Amino acid sequence: MGEAFLKLEQLTVGYGANTVLHSIDLAIRKGEFVALLGSSGCGKTTLLRAIAGFVPPSGGRVAVSGREVTQLPPDKRGMALVFQSYALWPHMTVAQNIGYGLKLKRRPKSEIAARVAEMENLLGLQGLGARKPGQLSGGQRQRVALGRALAIDPEILLLDEPLSNLDARIRLTVRHEIRALQRRLGITAIHVTHDREEAMVMADRIVILKDGHIAQQGTPEEIYNRPASSFVAAFLGAENRLLLQAERLPGGSGGGIGEAVRIAASPVSAEALLPLAGRDLQSGPVEARFRAEAAELLPAQAGTAPVDGALTLSGHVTAVSYPGGQWRHGVKVGEADIQVDAPAAFAVGDAVTVRIKSGDLFLYPTEGGASRLAAMPPEGVGKRSAEVVEA
Amino acid sequence: MSILNSVSPARSGRFGIDLWWVPRGILLGALAFAIFGPLANLLIWTVTEKWYFPHALPLEYGFSNWAKVFAPRGNALESLINSVIVATVTVIVALALAIPSGYALARLKLPLRSLILLAFLVPQAFPELPVFVNVARMFYELRLNGTIPGVVLVHVTHGLVYAVWIATAAFAAIDRDLEQAARSIGASAPRAFMDVTLPLAAPGLMASAIFVFLESLDEFTGSYFVGAPDVNLMPLLLYSAGAGGNYQIASITALLLLIPSIAFMAIVERFLRADVLARVGH
Repeated sequence: MGEAFLKLEQLTVGYGANTVLHSIDLAIRKGEFVALLGSSGCGKTTLLRAIAGFVPPSGGRVAVSGREVTQLPPDKRGMALVFQSYALWPHMTVAQNIGYGLKLKRRPKSEIAARVAEMENLLGLQGLGARKPGQLSGGQRQRVALGRALAIDPEILLLDEPLSNLDARIRLTVRHEIRALQRRLGITAIHVTHDREEAMVMADRIVILKDGHIAQQGTPEEIYNRPASSFVAAFLGAENRLLLQAERLPGGSGGGIGEAVRIAASPVSAEALLPLAGRDLQSGPVEARFRAEAAELLPAQAGTAPVDGALTLSGHVTAVSYPGGQWRHGVKVGEADIQVDAPAAFAVGDAVTVRIKSGDLFLYPTEGGASRLAAMPPEGVGKRSAEVVEA
Repeated sequence: MSILNSVSPARSGRFGIDLWWVPRGILLGALAFAIFGPLANLLIWTVTEKWYFPHALPLEYGFSNWAKVFAPRGNALESLINSVIVATVTVIVALALAIPSGYALARLKLPLRSLILLAFLVPQAFPELPVFVNVARMFYELRLNGTIPGVVLVHVTHGLVYAVWIATAAFAAIDRDLEQAARSIGASAPRAFMDVTLPLAAPGLMASAIFVFLESLDEFTGSYFVGAPDVNLMPLLLYSAGAGGNYQIASITALLLLIPSIAFMAIVERFLRADVLARVGH
């Protein structure tokens, strides 16, 4: 798919003894829309600012179409940054804000006026050119900030959580507007966000950051269906977490399904034989993650018989709520609490069977053994990412 | 019954508001008297020919003292012009120093910033007299005594505290994103400063200019030791008139001293308006 347009090699950023980014390697193609996704403090904004030239790296390189820009000041990099705060200049009008970049390039007045008008039309800001930013709504300010960045025709557009200050409803439309605009202009864009859905909807490729490292990168579909680690799975909504005992079986022994993994029976789970399907597993304790909507909830009598290629758990309902669409049930499985969606509501206290198909069950090796289905509510990583996604 | 009940609270409420105006009126009157009383007294003195103790008002009015002040030997015009020149140059020099240092301080990390800002207070921590006596001695050797640059230097050290503190606050109030937004779309650092930072800090810088200007007009001790008798300034004239018990001359001089202050504030206020309005609602 063509060679890298923006290339980061071993990019490291640290403040004093505190390293914020650890040797980030990233290659972005021309015209690609990349989302940097992560919880707060993961280094995503620092990475964006390092690319823009506002944060000096302590090591590594940044190159744009083969030209190294690591040591160049922000104004010589051919990039434009849209700030989370919009950073519109309150003493200039909308037209002056948008036209400022062209004024710097000493373009003739008529050309600037034409470009400003073009931007105003593109972004639906007609008739607001003479207003000051203080007289605009949040959505309008956001579009002025975007227009100011786009007016100079940057090679790379950097977006630092530009939607986080907007109302939820406006945010949904602006997402699509920005995405459509980026496609139409063929611009390369890097978008920082903590909102998983926003990243999924807007980006060609999502880069998930954790503690200054890239946890995983790929298309939205790849990272959603094949999260590479328990952290990524939890971050992408697989909040339910169980500790299980697994045994890896060689090919041919799994009833004709190729390499397989056998989940040992426990007081609350039946033995299950699952295809390995590329999972990186050895025999031993494993951490299982799955999404509330990916599991099936059945009455205890009907579903006790284990089904091939699925994990079956038994438990009882502890809570029922209706967030819209499906009923959400809190289910106690052994010592663990999990969330499972079902089209019809069960009563609190009902004995139920939970079934998760192999494709929806993410398994990761754990460090340190837990030989039985253990009491581990989703916590730590999972809880933190849940807060961030809601924020 | 129900009508009476519903009406009476409203009426008593209205009475309550009416009655409240009595203490408020007294308070406002007292405040106005505290502010304008001394000024009125000063104005009366400027046109007084004869006024002594038990009388509440002057016995004779006249303008003979104005003639004395503006007489060639009165020095009033010369010291007024000197005062304005010194104050204006002091403002220019102080701002020229305060703008870069205030900007640098505003962008520094906080503990270091407060340390340096405190250091600017050090000249204020000592009694003025011994400091200025020594300054006068040093300036005498440097041939700065009795010159306008010498007086300006003294006034600048005096006014720099306010100028730097206010300028630092003005720059610190400007979000760095605003500068970085200019940098990211192609402005060099000085250009971003001129186009974004300076206009946004202008109201604060104007305020510090007013402070420095008024401080310079008022400053007595340094002017006395470094300036007198070659550089005559208004406060010196005021002091000698007041010390001599000549309240008429002192009052006229004081009134003259108000003119540049009010004129300067009027000018600054005109400049200020557009920028302040732009910041409203931001």
